[in-house]
Amino acid sequence: MELMGYAMTASDFLDATFAALSDPTRRAILARLAKGEASVQELAEPFAMSQPAISKHLKVLERAGLISRGQDAQRRPSRLEARPLREATEWLEKYRQFWEGNFRRLDALLHEMQTAGRKTKSNKRMR
Amino acid sequence: MKNSGTFSLRAHGDREIVITRVFDAPRQMVFEAYTKPELVKRWLLGADGWSLPVCEIDLRVGGKYRYVWKNDSDGREMGMGGIYREVVPPERIVSTEVFDEAWYPGEAVGTIVLVEHDGRTTLTQTILYNSRETRDAVLKSPMQDGLTVSYDRLERLLDSRGREALSA
Repeated sequence: MELMGYAMTASDFLDATFAALSDPTRRAILARLAKGEASVQELAEPFAMSQPAISKHLKVLERAGLISRGQDAQRRPSRLEARPLREATEWLEKYRQFWEGNFRRLDALLHEMQTAGRKTKSNKRMR
Repeated sequence: MKNSGTFSLRAHGDREIVITRVFDAPRQMVFEAYTKPELVKRWLLGADGWSLPVCEIDLRVGGKYRYVWKNDSDGREMGMGGIYREVVPPERIVSTEVFDEAWYPGEAVGTIVLVEHDGRTTLTQTILYNSRETRDAVLKSPMQDGLTVSYDRLERLLDSRGREALSA
């Protein structure tokens, strides 16, 4: 897969994407960039982080192909690259919903099993 | 939902997908819900409108299991099965898994680990694919296509997670 000029394999790329997405600050940065491009300074303010710390996160995001950086030497604004993010998150979201639906039903079943278990015991033991 | 915040699903290492979830029940009960067909049929269904008419479980090392889901409105079916490699009630099950119409080569190995703490049970469910290529093929396939409900839009996903991170 050729993306962002890097000759990365598909799995390298996905690993980089998921590693990038595993961090809450980086997800918050992406959420901010979903509203429009921003400079390092503009990103540092709401996160109460130093600019070097933000720059580090941006490097990880850029390597994963999740953002691109502008050419303007002063600002180098970051912008969201939606497609790789969508590819990476779509399946996870589908798979997550598949299991979330299952687990919600399992919660209800377990609750029912516990209630049934209590009913067969003495009422005094009920909380 | 009380436990929805405890759910996590992620790609791990080269060949794995890992799911963790906390249940408000002792692990013996969670183990039963995972291994007794009449209980499995109550919850392992995927999207609304699907049922699990075939659920056969021979819970011993070398024993087989088989699931067939059915879409109750159009009759579509999807089956999978495998063989138990480890069975340690009520804490651990390792089994192979192959879908009838697999979109990837070879079989995967699923491991379920249950840990109980203060009457609550943490489930860790790992699926290990036979190669990095296979795991990534799964990542890119329309996973569980017939069984999934539509997913949230990306913006909503990012927005809610971003807010969580900001307020953390």
